[in-house]
Amino acid sequence: MEGVAAVPIELFRIDDRLIHGQVVVGWGQPLDIGFIVLVDDDVATSDWEQELYRLGVPPGMAVHFDTVAQAVERFASYRDDRRAGILLTKDIETMQRLSVQLAELRCINLGGLHYSAGRVQKLRYVFLTGDEERVLRDLAGRGVAVTAQDVPAARPVPLDALLAGRGG
Amino acid sequence: MSDSAEAGSDGTALVARALVAGHGEFAVGIVSAVEQITGRGAVLVPLTNRGLGADEIVRTLRDAITSVGAHVIFTDLPAGSWTIAARRVQRDRPDVVVVTGANLPALLDFVFQTHCTSDEAARHAADKGRGAIVVLGNSGGSGGGAD
Repeated sequence: MEGVAAVPIELFRIDDRLIHGQVVVGWGQPLDIGFIVLVDDDVATSDWEQELYRLGVPPGMAVHFDTVAQAVERFASYRDDRRAGILLTKDIETMQRLSVQLAELRCINLGGLHYSAGRVQKLRYVFLTGDEERVLRDLAGRGVAVTAQDVPAARPVPLDALLAGRGG
Repeated sequence: MSDSAEAGSDGTALVARALVAGHGEFAVGIVSAVEQITGRGAVLVPLTNRGLGADEIVRTLRDAITSVGAHVIFTDLPAGSWTIAARRVQRDRPDVVVVTGANLPALLDFVFQTHCTSDEAARHAADKGRGAIVVLGNSGGSGGGAD
């Protein structure tokens, strides 16, 4: 839109709950989020899953369901949107696949990766496998800032502190 | 016909009839308020999602539905992970009824709906909760919602 500056994606968030209260309300309100890009190859091909998540999005907030390939293809239009946006993935692997194709993806927010078999607790809301730790270190090695932060009022925990168990 | 087995005023045990699922201590807190006001807190079983991932939330909900034997679920937030989980459960449990945006007036109404089915009680409670939200003040609305 002429005369209106594009607003970048405000948050690249990994959260196994995808769209839920912390995202829509906790981050959505203070960042004045106008749209969510939910990137997940399974959800993007399931009308039922999309309907489920769409129910959680308040009126006035748009939601796009993309595969990784679609998100990369459409990213320019998201970047040029005059509204603020959040891009969500439910796992580290999906975000990592995006990061190698999107130069704009320079910061990653770990918002919620809960316990499952093989994962070790790092924070109250972050549990990681050894493989996931390695992927996060690789991302950091490529200059991507990785921090854990569930809600805006919380202190962001840098990756080194997170992996060293000094996240508080 | 009632599907309720609860009582209370005549001294018999109250039977859990619904789950209340919320963020943090919402459910425990609001059920304690129902108990304080009515003595009927046992009609509601509180659940928290604290520390749970999406799959665990669904599993917790399924387990609670089975163990409690209730198929009405009050959730706190339409966008919340409990509501998403409840909708997943509804996919293979179409008998499950979800009331989202639950508030205290709704729950107070529900625990007193002893002579109708749980489904009817849930719908009545939703109407009550919706109507109980009013703005009071010099330029606002007036009255209503007292329980």
